[in-house]
Amino acid sequence: MTTLVQLEGATRWFGSGHTEVVALHPTDLSVAAGELVAIMGPSGSGKTTLLSLVGGLDRPSRGRVIVAGQDVGALNPRGLAVLRRRTVGYVFQDLNLLSGLTARENVSLPLELDGRSPGEARTAAEAVLASVGLTELGDRFPDDLSGGEQQRVAIARALVGGRRIVLADEPTGALDSITGESVMRLLRAHCNEGGTGILVTHDAAHAAWADRVVFLRDGRIVDEARPAPSPEFTASASRPELATSGSDAA
Amino acid sequence: MSVRYGLLALLAEAPTHGYQLKTAFERRTGSSWALNIGQVYTTLQRLERDGLVEAASSGGDRRDYRITGAGRTQLEAWFATPVVPEGPSRDELTIKVLLAVAASDVDVTEVLQRQRTASVEQLQAYTRRKAQADPEKDLAFLILLDALIFRTEAEVRWLDASEARIRHVTRPRKEAAR
Ligand SMILES: Nc1ncnc2c1ncn2[C@@H]1O[C@H](COP(=O)(O)OP(=O)(O)OP(=O)(O)O)[C@@H](O)[C@H]1O
Ligand SMILES: [Mg+2]
Repeated sequence: MTTLVQLEGATRWFGSGHTEVVALHPTDLSVAAGELVAIMGPSGSGKTTLLSLVGGLDRPSRGRVIVAGQDVGALNPRGLAVLRRRTVGYVFQDLNLLSGLTARENVSLPLELDGRSPGEARTAAEAVLASVGLTELGDRFPDDLSGGEQQRVAIARALVGGRRIVLADEPTGALDSITGESVMRLLRAHCNEGGTGILVTHDAAHAAWADRVVFLRDGRIVDEARPAPSPEFTASASRPELATSGSDAA
Repeated sequence: MSVRYGLLALLAEAPTHGYQLKTAFERRTGSSWALNIGQVYTTLQRLERDGLVEAASSGGDRRDYRITGAGRTQLEAWFATPVVPEGPSRDELTIKVLLAVAASDVDVTEVLQRQRTASVEQLQAYTRRKAQADPEKDLAFLILLDALIFRTEAEVRWLDASEARIRHVTRPRKEAAR
């Protein structure tokens, strides 16, 4: 399997001396193409720090972060910008949609910045909007969309142009559970088609869409969850009983 | 208890016989709850004894039942009454965490994390089943999975909250001691 994201002893601290804060202790993590990884952990445990390193929004103080074969720490600002426009899409917690642009323009912007023709960018934006179920709403401005619809626009913008890696910081924060689930289904579909996703969430039911759930505490990975064997619903006279079968039927 | 009302609910739609009731019940509960046929017949006999169902026909080898007026009244009352949660939980996990908090030589955070990982792994397994289900054909099954998922999610939230509370109490003390 191709590794798309690799952290090797990646470390991030802020300040120095007695004001020093280690946001991320030396961390190793590798994520393959096709994998969806969720990061959970208490507030301040380093989740956003880790995601920003992978997204090229920040550089490690020590160690390496390799994204699609490129050492993020060694890229110049231009190189980072290109990485973000072509390879890594980022869904911010507060979405960051531009309110003066329509949904479609928000989605096509990264492609236009990358030098594609407006026509080409528009066609690509429409295709991605369709894949997130927003064909009809491309002409609306963000303020005229519901929270869940804005969330899908932000995901479309992260995916547009065939970017393989999507990073999402609390993408389901303010959504009801079924709308949140539809966001997770989108991320899952992206990974099932060979992409890679890393998402930060406080919600275990959403994290459970991931192949692996990584737990952070005080800037360290402390554990990792992988799916239990598939539950079987077995015959029981008194109440529904879930047994665990030895083999994974999934 | 619920088997009784499950059979009443089915008979409220149309008179039918035991085996038909068994399969319909299983289908409606998302195939999560397999009944044995003996249990269906025992339940029907009790319902008949209590005047909630009666024989509709007894032609041949099978016996059709139908719901009575008293049966409908009981069924309506059942749907209209919320299920009241039982008292304080005495399940093993709650007790284990409470005892771990009190014990001086147990790393509570470790206990909580081990449980959190196990619960999330269970959630991942449920979610895989959910991802494969058909939103229309498997509606009952999906609603059942949601019940399991949200219960497990609540458990994880409780673990998170417990950890945060414990940190809140132990952190300042440790730092003051330095
Ligand atoms: N620019 C910065 N300067 C100083 N400290 C920082 C900076 N960014 C993050 N930190 C610190 O690093 C630690 C980890 O922060 P981070 O934002 O990664 O946490 P988080 O897990 O995303 O938390 P939350 O769930 O609250 O979003 C925190 O203690 C935070 O105060
Ligand atoms: Mg954060």
